[in-house]
Amino acid sequence: MKQTASIISTYASDVSGVCSALYELGGMTVMHDPSGCNSTYNTHDEPRWYDFDSLIFISALSEMEAIMGDDDRLIEEVVETALQLKPKFIAIAGSPVPMVIGTDFKAIARVIEKKSGIPCFGFTTNGMHSYLSGAGMAFEAFAQRMVDPADKAEGKHRVNILGATPLDFSVNGSVDSIKIWLEQNGFEVNSCWAMGSELEDLVHSGRADVNLVVSQSGLKAAKVLNKQFGTPFVMGVPVGLDCSKLLAERLIQAEQSGQCSTSFTRNVVNGEEDIVLIAESIYGCSLASAIEQKTGKNVRVICPLEGEKDILMPHDVFATDEVELMPVLEKAKIIIADPLYQPICPKDAKFIPLAHEAFSGRIYRSEIPNMIGEGFNHWFAEHIGG
Amino acid sequence: MLKSVWNFTDDSGAAVKISEAMFPSPFHSGLEYGAPARGCWNIVHTGMLIPEAHQVFVCASGCLRGVVLTAAEMGAAHRFSTVEIRENNVLDGDMEELIIDGVSDVLSRLPKLPPAVLIYTSCIHHFMGCDLPRVYRILREKFPGVAFTDCYMNPIMRKSGATPDELMRRQLYSLLEETTKDPKSVNIIGNDLAFEQDSDHIELIKNSGWTLRDITACKSYDEYKEMSKASFNIYNIPAARLSAMQLERRLGQSCLYMPQCFGYDEISRSMEQLAEMLGIKPLNDAAKRKAADNSLEKALSVIGDTPIAIDYTFSFRPLSLTRLLLEKGFRVTEVYADGFIAEERADFEWLQQNHPELKICATLHAKRRVLSRQREEKILALGQKAAYFTGTDYFVNLVEGGGLYGFNGIIKLAGLMAEGYLTPKDTRKLIQIKGMGSEGCCL
Repeated sequence: MKQTASIISTYASDVSGVCSALYELGGMTVMHDPSGCNSTYNTHDEPRWYDFDSLIFISALSEMEAIMGDDDRLIEEVVETALQLKPKFIAIAGSPVPMVIGTDFKAIARVIEKKSGIPCFGFTTNGMHSYLSGAGMAFEAFAQRMVDPADKAEGKHRVNILGATPLDFSVNGSVDSIKIWLEQNGFEVNSCWAMGSELEDLVHSGRADVNLVVSQSGLKAAKVLNKQFGTPFVMGVPVGLDCSKLLAERLIQAEQSGQCSTSFTRNVVNGEEDIVLIAESIYGCSLASAIEQKTGKNVRVICPLEGEKDILMPHDVFATDEVELMPVLEKAKIIIADPLYQPICPKDAKFIPLAHEAFSGRIYRSEIPNMIGEGFNHWFAEHIGG
Repeated sequence: MLKSVWNFTDDSGAAVKISEAMFPSPFHSGLEYGAPARGCWNIVHTGMLIPEAHQVFVCASGCLRGVVLTAAEMGAAHRFSTVEIRENNVLDGDMEELIIDGVSDVLSRLPKLPPAVLIYTSCIHHFMGCDLPRVYRILREKFPGVAFTDCYMNPIMRKSGATPDELMRRQLYSLLEETTKDPKSVNIIGNDLAFEQDSDHIELIKNSGWTLRDITACKSYDEYKEMSKASFNIYNIPAARLSAMQLERRLGQSCLYMPQCFGYDEISRSMEQLAEMLGIKPLNDAAKRKAADNSLEKALSVIGDTPIAIDYTFSFRPLSLTRLLLEKGFRVTEVYADGFIAEERADFEWLQQNHPELKICATLHAKRRVLSRQREEKILALGQKAAYFTGTDYFVNLVEGGGLYGFNGIIKLAGLMAEGYLTPKDTRKLIQIKGMGSEGCCL
């Protein structure tokens, strides 16, 4: 049946997505939860936890508060702590129990903001959606609320990178490599949502000429910025030299035309595919595109998370449950996926591990490759070759 | 990229002199921070102590993530499955069917049926009024060869009634059934870590010719079931009290609490009680006391007046340990704990009277995230959280008492303190390993 996993892991949740997205921006994020979300997030979903002090807390929701619908303690504690620690903004994110009791996070956020004088966001997360959903709503809300509407693009090839979190890009230098790649191609990095940028950089995102959406979590913010400033966006990750070149061209085209696009050139498959790749949709399509170009082989992307159907090829699939995944994997000759998927892969298939922090957490962190630009070629030579 | 953007020095509310502290809860309970010291065991680690048993967690994906990766990190993913609760289940109210169908599906796909299955339900089941007795009745009918037990991942209950930790330890022994007793056998229950074989109580039991059983030493499910034969149970961890009470009621096994204390007289009293239960004369422990004194003196000659910080993950009785060390001339300056168990009161009051400047420091308080973790002088930490919060690489890396007990435990501890003082450790790496002592953890 669906919803059961006799063997495999599960992806980071929407609550973790909110925390991860806002981690470096100087705010204070409170998970409204009794306890478990905190250790899950800071152990498995947040590689920056030990070295980078960010104000991420839990509310320590108790049984009686939940039964009595007591939001007052949450509000008081958040306001008191915020007044002591002085974050630049506050975010409250829900977990399963607040969903069951119908907690109104938007209203709570309004009360906190009024009492503290600090901008406050309320996110109706519930631990039942993936990190992409949570990070996406955090970035979207930030774009709607915090970005300076007075800014405008000045035609200086400025780019915002949207959707960069360690859950998709780990802390292995991939995001820095994207920035370097942009600069090498004549762009200026205006901001990175949200690794390695200050809150003030994001506030002035309206100065960018084009937005580069590197994961699904950046897409909603891209649409807000497109609506607000007319900034076009391109979806893609600069994986491999050939695909990176195409992505740079698409960014320039978007800047000139104002039209949004993707950077994938995928094979149209009628028969069986040679390679199956399990990944987040934008990263997966970028990597599949690079592999197809290099090998001429067909790649089928399995997206186990939320994603835009439009960017997938007809032979790609969304599959979240073990029982949905196993039939798709059954005939695969080569499977590229996080190592924690291996137990459900056929034994006669060649398995190429590609760890994903959002799935296996810290277990294989040291093995997550930096696929940006030339990095892909090294990985390709090691794992796929001719 | 990595940096601290905060520069916070005001620790009011997050630290207090013991002379001004309230017992048992010195701090206001507010928003909570989680330090990256992860050596203590969680309910997955503890549940894995039943050999050959399979765990099925039923909860939202966000709650599943922490436990599924715990199992993966300890190399036990093959003994672990999940059933995910989605929004439609909450709205449709089909929680019972989801558990029954989900667990049935999981079991049907395992290579072979396990002898026992631990099903962990969550906070949602509690709030939705899930009919768990019906669930277990149906599952037992469907799988008569499998012993099911109800476990709980409901942290919302940690401040009311039995805590998830207490429930876990109770359920860990719930599969033991009434059987013919072996009158000269005893169990140690509730501990995650095996005791050192020369711990005072283990030594006494073995020397008196009794059979000792401990879940940490069981290699098979059958061996675990043998624990039903014991005539009495010893427990050392406060959270195992519920378990001991239930086994006394259910199986007629009386119990003896031997607290994880460090006061010489308290240890002697516990050992006398054990001797009585074993039907032997109490041993004269004068030589052991002297040996413990000698070891502590030797450690003191190495450590001198270096400040020492102790935390509650190191021992369930951090104040008892603090008192011992202060009495023996060590310079304990701070204790990291958010609250104390009732049996710490006497030590708390003694410390208030005799060392009023001792600092009690919260670990969960939000300010703890941004207060400096750097010290100008060398500090020796006993415990992972104390090491983290004081930024030291000189520490004794033990959790939950580390399997030490009695005078021999103190002798070993003194040696570890001297070693911890002399040899720096990779604190960052060591304290982040989850479930210290559970097998296969990796980072």
